[in-house]
Amino acid sequence: MAETAATQPSRSRDLDKLLLRPGNLVGPRFEPSAQLRDDVQNHARVLVVGAGGLGCELLKDLALSGFHNLDVIDMDRIEVTNLNRQFLFRVEDVGKPKAEVAAKRVMERISGVNIVPHFCRIEDKDIDFYNDFMIIALGLDSVEARSYINNVACSFLASVFFSPCHEIEYDSDDNPLEETIKPMVDGGTEGFKGHARVILPGVTPCFECTIWLFPPQVKFPLCTLAETPRTAAHCIEYAHLIKWNEVVHNFAHGGTAFDPDNPQHMKWVYDEAAKRAELFGIPGVTYSFTQGVVKNIIPAIASTNAIISAACTLETLKIATECSKTMSNYLTYNGSEGLHTKVAEFERDKDCLVCGPGVLIEVDTSVTLQKFMNLLEEHPKLQLTKASITHRGKNLYMQAPPVLEEMTRSNLSLPLFELMGKLSKDVIHVNGMTNKNNQKVSCLRKLRVTFKGVDGVTDMDTAGGA
Amino acid sequence: MAEPKVKYDRQLRIWGEQGQAALEKSSICLLNCGPTGSETLKNLVLGGIGSITVVDGSKVEVGDLGNNFLVDESSVGQSKAKCVSSFLQELNDSVKAKFVEEYPEALIETNPSFFSQFTLVIATQLVESSMIKLDRICREANVILIFARSYGLTGFVRISLKEHTVIESKPEHFLDDLRLNNPWLELKSFADSIDLTVQDPVAHKHIPYVVILVKMADEWAKSHGGKLPSTREQKKEFKDLLKARMVSQDEDNYKEAIEASFKVFAPRGISLDLQRILNDSSSEVDSNSSDFWVLVAALKEFIANEGGGEAPLEGSIPDMTSSTEQYINLQNIYLAKAEADFLVMEQLVRSILKKIGRDSNSIPKATIRSFCKNARKLRVCRYRSIEDEFNSPNLPELQKYLTDEDSSIAVGIYILLRAVDRFAANYNSFPGQFDSATDEDIPRLKSAAISLLSDLGCNGTALAEDLINEMCRFGAAELHAVAALVGGIASQEVIKLITRQFVPMSGTYIFNGIDHKSQLLSL
Repeated sequence: MAETAATQPSRSRDLDKLLLRPGNLVGPRFEPSAQLRDDVQNHARVLVVGAGGLGCELLKDLALSGFHNLDVIDMDRIEVTNLNRQFLFRVEDVGKPKAEVAAKRVMERISGVNIVPHFCRIEDKDIDFYNDFMIIALGLDSVEARSYINNVACSFLASVFFSPCHEIEYDSDDNPLEETIKPMVDGGTEGFKGHARVILPGVTPCFECTIWLFPPQVKFPLCTLAETPRTAAHCIEYAHLIKWNEVVHNFAHGGTAFDPDNPQHMKWVYDEAAKRAELFGIPGVTYSFTQGVVKNIIPAIASTNAIISAACTLETLKIATECSKTMSNYLTYNGSEGLHTKVAEFERDKDCLVCGPGVLIEVDTSVTLQKFMNLLEEHPKLQLTKASITHRGKNLYMQAPPVLEEMTRSNLSLPLFELMGKLSKDVIHVNGMTNKNNQKVSCLRKLRVTFKGVDGVTDMDTAGGA
Repeated sequence: MAEPKVKYDRQLRIWGEQGQAALEKSSICLLNCGPTGSETLKNLVLGGIGSITVVDGSKVEVGDLGNNFLVDESSVGQSKAKCVSSFLQELNDSVKAKFVEEYPEALIETNPSFFSQFTLVIATQLVESSMIKLDRICREANVILIFARSYGLTGFVRISLKEHTVIESKPEHFLDDLRLNNPWLELKSFADSIDLTVQDPVAHKHIPYVVILVKMADEWAKSHGGKLPSTREQKKEFKDLLKARMVSQDEDNYKEAIEASFKVFAPRGISLDLQRILNDSSSEVDSNSSDFWVLVAALKEFIANEGGGEAPLEGSIPDMTSSTEQYINLQNIYLAKAEADFLVMEQLVRSILKKIGRDSNSIPKATIRSFCKNARKLRVCRYRSIEDEFNSPNLPELQKYLTDEDSSIAVGIYILLRAVDRFAANYNSFPGQFDSATDEDIPRLKSAAISLLSDLGCNGTALAEDLINEMCRFGAAELHAVAALVGGIASQEVIKLITRQFVPMSGTYIFNGIDHKSQLLSL
């Protein structure tokens, strides 16, 4: 194949300049060639999580950046209020699954691209599903969802210390094995603000390492709502959180839970809020404001989503090809007052419960699985309840579904040492509930279990420790 | 007026009905609809812009299918402007979409009056010489102009117009207007009517902090010759006095008072930024003055007289621990004063309008009201003409950027983006545009950059060799992701300019896709 300008016009005319030509400001393993471009096109698989404001842009950007094998996962259906920015959807699509319509539209316009949609929750997929992808690009709108994917990606991380192959020497630095690093690119937007970050588990900070970046949501004190309301928001939350439940208990609503997507429920809250506001002489309760407060509506526009998704896509391309330097590692953007972009280099939390080597737990060989689970509950860092435990893909105990619970129940009385194949030390993964900001949240934790007195284990001194 | 469309809900919560109306009234012209221009316009069409006209003389090529979402297989060989505008029309049928199959350079040369019909022109992928000519045309015709360009992993965005004034700047963090250091009569009387030493513990912890601070500040001033705490020791002492009044640990109102005590120490009067605006020569108004400057002239008078050194009261108060009754009363006191200030301003505006020979009702009440509320947050943005910047950039700034490690890549990109245009003018193609020529082009680009720097007065400054090589490598490629990013930024600036809300960027935004250390350069 001639390396000068091809006689055949190429679709990748512009991308070729980046991927086929050598450069100076590039990654250490950059190998410019048509092969590289073709590998990205034919073999690189990228998962886009979310098919909303960021997801639509990500699918378009990735497809037009040489990635022709994409999957997209989103559990939502299209709503009218999406149409000001989720450009793959039209009025006629309202009600249809976002993932499916998005995939279809992009494939229609860009030939050669294959996008597999998944209309389901991210939790519904096996963990192995996520391992099939080279890179995971996140276009999510919640802290919980990000946390979940982060847990999953970091769970793939293995280190030489605890590698499945016992011939490998003990590495006291506990560095991650490169092929187990699952890169993630995460974007988020709100009005004129946004962020884009690169997460290489074990190398850059993961989502959990920098969880302090996300301040807890503002909650009004109960006494303010109940006794001394002063603002429209107080009146609304009173109706939403207090009055609704009072009325529910009086069976006026047939005992139903409040559904923010039910217009009748919303109207009820608005009416009650307006009544209360009038009683106290408080201005400002409107239907639109009520919706905003109750649903915690985040204002959103096309431009910010476009900017952040594009930044994420560029980084995805760089991770896949090393065609340029990568962002290190957190970009913030604010366009409301002039234009401010900044890249900060955050550092990992060496003791991170998610991307760290895993909390070290030392137990006797006689400890049963049940006893072990009790230990997890009492462990100061973990406080894990309702634990489901897996070891190298094997279910040791599952809380759900009932069939699996029944099947694994007998393991509870068996020694953990035996269940783990009599290995002196190994990694296990635990899914359960823990406390965060006084709320019970689900989590996935990696644990390094070592058994006392088994040969080969003389020195417990590893990076960090329990 | 049409009923607000539900689909715009998420953006109405940002710029409101008025902002949306401004967007729907405007007409935009796009020059060149490669991915940079197309992506810019797509975001605006989604937002409900009134009308668009796409100007591009080229036909769709196979290579365009790899970087532009707004063209597809069936459009190869056809007018790119036509294909892009019809896709945009389909994206939002309330937008009026038109196209003109012409090269922008041709229009600039032969039909400059074409541009006068638009509210705003988005000029993408233009070279230096065209930028200068278009800039002159748009300044003359009073049309807002914004440039955007993608070039490999780099790009830039630059607004160009003489002046853009903003009343609703909506800054994220701005001190509330409580006047704790300068309470007016009614606020003082209200504070006087409340007894801080009330016995009932519930009442004690529900006195709003505004009242606490007004009273305590007054007490302090009385024993300190009319002055408020100014030294570090005095400020600490003041806070200690507050702490001493707490009867239990759960008195949130006192905690809020201590946290807010800095508002008492803040200087009275107006900020330096506002002072600068008042002192601007445009505040000496005549019949040609814009409404904004007439309002500023009225503000100037207000501050000098009835305002006693202060701008009109903003009128709103933040939420604070308080009984409902006291809070509502306090709220009403602030609202009443804001209303009174507004009425005075209204009169001032009317008399100034009369003086300069305009109809005294020509500025609507709602505008004056909004101006009063936002008086402390006014912004005036001015932009140098492209010609001025290109011929005589701010030299000290330029030299600073060239030597500062954090900005050296960005300023290098700025220089090289101009150097590639000079290169193209000499060799009829961009450096590295064709595979075969890349090696020869590197030294040629380097000398174009050196001669440009020398023209600008920066002799002997070297640009990083690596960067020069990269620019040749890029070969004027228009990469979709870069175009989408640059286009996103450009579209956001357009929204701010048209809605006249929030603050548009100043200077030139240089996008650095190599390590994302992008930069705003003020040249």
